[in-house]
Amino acid sequence: MALDQSFVGRTYPPTAPYEVGREKIREFAEAIGDANPAYTDTEAAKALGHSDVIAPPTFVFAITFKAAGAVIEDPQLGLDYSRVVHGDQKFAYTRPVRAGDRLSVTSTIEAIKSLAGNDILDIRGEVHDASGEHVVTAWTKLVSRAPEGA
Amino acid sequence: MTAKIAYDEVEVGTELPAQSFPVTRATLVQYAGASGDFNPIHWNEKFAVEVGLPDVIAHGMFTMAEAIRVVTDWAGDPAAVVEYGVRFTKPVVVPNDGTGALIEVSAKVAAKLDDQQVRVDITAMSAGQKVLGMSRAVVRLA
Repeated sequence: MALDQSFVGRTYPPTAPYEVGREKIREFAEAIGDANPAYTDTEAAKALGHSDVIAPPTFVFAITFKAAGAVIEDPQLGLDYSRVVHGDQKFAYTRPVRAGDRLSVTSTIEAIKSLAGNDILDIRGEVHDASGEHVVTAWTKLVSRAPEGA
Repeated sequence: MTAKIAYDEVEVGTELPAQSFPVTRATLVQYAGASGDFNPIHWNEKFAVEVGLPDVIAHGMFTMAEAIRVVTDWAGDPAAVVEYGVRFTKPVVVPNDGTGALIEVSAKVAAKLDDQQVRVDITAMSAGQKVLGMSRAVVRLA
């Protein structure tokens, strides 16, 4: 069943702040095998003009995707998450995420489309720090595949 | 922000140094822990096959993270990346053979924009197939 178009434009309340830990950034950088010292060495990050270590560009997805859960699991929307695949992902950065940031995400449903029985959901997550400064916007496209035989 | 590449020194067509990134089952388990994405299609072969996949596949976000390394290594400062987007077109299949898969990434400057920025188009391949589509970054150079 196609998703309800009236959900387009709906914005969910900002998430409780996520505090970005230095060791969490290190763990993520190690998991992607990226030895860039800006992720682990405060002095190296400062030499690049940052106040502390910064996170790799895709690190913030873990936070925005968790926030998107409010949309994905909204019982009123009725998305079948067992059939969902990640279609597209895009980020636009005002500044990098850095250790010590307390980040809050506001998720908005930007579009709902139905294509050949697939439900396509575009979610925008606006990420702000504790002072209200914009850090990054994440756009996530989820595709809920049509059940076989539908 | 201090990119080590000067805007004036690049042209449309400038190629960034290509890199290859190995990915094994152990890599995926480590990434699952670090990212918090524990979807079993990324570590449980039986589950992956049951939902119609050929085998365990890499997290799309892992592939996205590897692909941008070609750009961040080139630019010097990862914060030089002001925009980055991809389409997940094909999964990176990671067999349990001790070798795993290889993600091969190349990139080139596709356009020079205003404000010291360039658009970089990225190509990510695995097992001879393009695994990311529309993979683009906007990078602010020195």
